[in-house]
Amino acid sequence: MSFLKKSPWIIHYDGTSCNGCDIEVLACLTPLYDVERFGVVNTGNPKHADILLITGSVNEQNKDVVWQIFNQMANPKVVVAVGICATSGGIFAECYNVMGGVDKIIPVDVYVPGCAARPESIIDGVVKALDILEEKRVALARRRRKARKARPVSLTNLF
Amino acid sequence: MTGSTLSVLLYIFVGPIVGGLISGLDRKITARMQGRYGPPLLQPFYDVFKLLSKESIAVNGIQNFFIFCFLIFVVFTGSLFFMGGDILLVIFALTLASIFMVLGAYCANSPYSSIGAMRELLQMMAYEPMVLLTAIGFYVVTKSFNITEIMGFNVPLVLYLPGIFLGFAYILTMKLRKSPFDLSMSHHAHQEVVKGITTEFSGSTLAMIEIAHWYENLFLMGFIFLFFVWKMPGSWLVGLGACIIMYFIEIVLDNASARVKWQLAFSSAWIVAAALGFTNLLILFLMK
Ligand code: SF4
Repeated sequence: MSFLKKSPWIIHYDGTSCNGCDIEVLACLTPLYDVERFGVVNTGNPKHADILLITGSVNEQNKDVVWQIFNQMANPKVVVAVGICATSGGIFAECYNVMGGVDKIIPVDVYVPGCAARPESIIDGVVKALDILEEKRVALARRRRKARKARPVSLTNLF
Repeated sequence: MTGSTLSVLLYIFVGPIVGGLISGLDRKITARMQGRYGPPLLQPFYDVFKLLSKESIAVNGIQNFFIFCFLIFVVFTGSLFFMGGDILLVIFALTLASIFMVLGAYCANSPYSSIGAMRELLQMMAYEPMVLLTAIGFYVVTKSFNITEIMGFNVPLVLYLPGIFLGFAYILTMKLRKSPFDLSMSHHAHQEVVKGITTEFSGSTLAMIEIAHWYENLFLMGFIFLFFVWKMPGSWLVGLGACIIMYFIEIVLDNASARVKWQLAFSSAWIVAAALGFTNLLILFLMK
């Protein structure tokens, strides 16, 4: 049984957006949608998170921030781009400072369409992300096992 | 001897299960109070098992060792308590456990975990006098620091120590990391210091912290229990009821209040310790 799928912790980052998708993400936590019933916790700490939810596009100023957050997350991890802005830049695509979708900077696993993305589709996107997360967990476990086998046994690498 | 060995074994093996269930129930009740459906009862277990399967990132290798010590000493403290040992020893071992956690957070050297660690130290300074007064109160009434003997007193201790009980209930909020005193870390989502003292821990280390909290909550409730049991065989039911009511009040408080500044947390804890705890002791001395 996989526990990862039962307890996805989310970190939410808002890039260059109109804040529409941002508010829809928070709406998922309200009593009406209450994603905590699926074990989802909105952590705000990349080191605790499994899923990175990004709304809005990336620009010259926040690209390092997005890259940092992604890199600080512990494996296995997935990225969900929420809304058209995060997917391709959306209506801000032509702006002089906008670089485009989030996938210009980090690998994106799930794209959630909509402007603004509805809470239902955000939840749907997260559920899709869970399957990918599970695949990554299995792959990681396999890699770990291999690495352990490859290492010669000695007292020092027990720790 | 066999009785105390049994209760220690029960504590070590069944303790985390009970502690996890309490934490699950806590989250469920919290959700209901906020008009939400809430996570399943077993959610804390899912979380911990998930954390164990994640990668553990350590900024500084020693931080995981400190957290391991934290867990071990919390279990040790609880074992002393459920063995019916010396209550002073329990309190000192508990302080040592908390110090390990603070050290772990400090050596990660990130601004957020450092602030969390500082706040944890402040909280320790805030609640420690009241915890000691509690032990002294037990001693003054029962003439013993031994937990088994304290439990064997012929009336419930809360009758002699109402002030100390209230004072202990006040600092219990700090120890359970509930609002308004969840300065160093809280279980709620967004806050100003990211995740405070646990910011830099991930994967299995975070799982250890979580498990340690389950153990910790259990014997903190044990302190409440001590106030309400006496010689009568069925009195543990009264103690259990008191623990449940107490925990429920904590959950209500957690949901009904915002976090206070450290100045208020600190000064109010000492004022409460002086006004309720110390006065209680003084009256006991005068009555003698
Ligand atoms: S996709 Fe639409 S609603 Fe969402 S951030 Fe962009 S412009 Fe706003």
